[in-house]
Amino acid sequence: MSEERKIKVLIAKPGLDSHDRGAKVVARALRDAGMEVIYTGLRQTPEQIVETALQEDVDVIGLSILSGAHMTLFPRIMELLKEKGMTDVLVFAGGIIPDEDVPKLKEIGIKEIFGPGTPTDVIIKFVRENAPKRR
Amino acid sequence: MDEIQKIVEGVLKGEKRSIARAITLIENNHPDAAKIISQLYPFTGKAYVIGVTGPAGSGKSTLIQKMVQELRRMGKTVGIVAVDPTSPFTGGAFLGDRIRMQALSLDEGVFIRSMASRESVGGLAKATKDAVRILDASGKDYVIVETIGAGQLEIDVVKVAHTIVVVLAPGLGDEIQAIKAGLMEIGDIFVINKADRENADKAVIDLLSAFELNAEKKWKPPVVKTVALTGEGVNELLNEIERHRKFLESGVFEDKRRKLVEAELTEAISRKVAETLVLKLKSEGEFQKLVEQIMERKKDPYTIAEELVKRKIEGKEA
Repeated sequence: MSEERKIKVLIAKPGLDSHDRGAKVVARALRDAGMEVIYTGLRQTPEQIVETALQEDVDVIGLSILSGAHMTLFPRIMELLKEKGMTDVLVFAGGIIPDEDVPKLKEIGIKEIFGPGTPTDVIIKFVRENAPKRR
Repeated sequence: MDEIQKIVEGVLKGEKRSIARAITLIENNHPDAAKIISQLYPFTGKAYVIGVTGPAGSGKSTLIQKMVQELRRMGKTVGIVAVDPTSPFTGGAFLGDRIRMQALSLDEGVFIRSMASRESVGGLAKATKDAVRILDASGKDYVIVETIGAGQLEIDVVKVAHTIVVVLAPGLGDEIQAIKAGLMEIGDIFVINKADRENADKAVIDLLSAFELNAEKKWKPPVVKTVALTGEGVNELLNEIERHRKFLESGVFEDKRRKLVEAELTEAISRKVAETLVLKLKSEGEFQKLVEQIMERKKDPYTIAEELVKRKIEGKEA
């Protein structure tokens, strides 16, 4: 039987913020683009997010944050991914993230940051082109 | 050591990364998937498998979280496979069961896997049964399978689980609904969840009176009231599951298992034979010719299938 691969994405909300409309819009758009999307729900710790990504064996993690705590939470998530040997997972982020923080976040391995108003097509295209080709 | 061997050994040690990888390979129909299952198979059969089914929104995921928390208190380890529907239009899926179970996400004794139903229509995914085997082989005491929101005929869970819990909520229908075939026939235990709502007792009575109509059955499905959000009734539910397990083990278990194995072998043979034959026809270039004959309405698919069996399997000329 032929092999069938689907891009599996975890959309996660780290930290103490309850604004998840953006996360849901992105989750819905990726679903409609034919991907399998898991949503963690609100207020997740970095440990919970990475453990979920591991058990679900996702290809991609999308982080949504509007609380301003990204410079604390994102590095911790990237560190945990490294610890668990999950460096091949594609990570992107969205929400309210000041321009000056973007280069630092990219440096720790977050591939792209999508601010408010990003068309969902752009995100879909990005995920399709950058999701790791694992077996 | 090759990668498959590593994964198999990892699963047997209960390593989460290996369990997760193994399930992915099965889900994606990887060429080595069958090897993984055949190597793990001798180590399966130890976990007790509970199927949880019922309509969308009846509270299955929330109830499972509470059940698992209780099982963990008893020192049991648990694997969960939660299935949600794949869109027949886009092929995408939104897997949301896990949101209700995130309190379990850091528990070392729990492994949760979400799964999209993909092309299956029976309430589970094609890979669900093998995912259960992987979790079983990894040493979990219990494996809980949550189906997609089930209507009336999404009942594949009977092929996977030992005890089936049908979760309903008040206000879903009267005793006439409870007499209908399908979902209402497969429950070993029925739960009226959200029992703090109006009409919960009426729902219980409707179910019980419907069950009285088949009084000759050896196992009479109990009806348990729960409030999953608070955990009310969850202990009673677990007691009923234990009682059903004892009932199965007192004799009917082997019977039930034999029937399942028979059905599974039949399915495996038909799949493999069909696949092999189609591939062979395609590589010989005959498949397209047969398609043409049907396109031109010279022959129908059933006649062709009949002829193929005679020619290719029984070795007779058509």
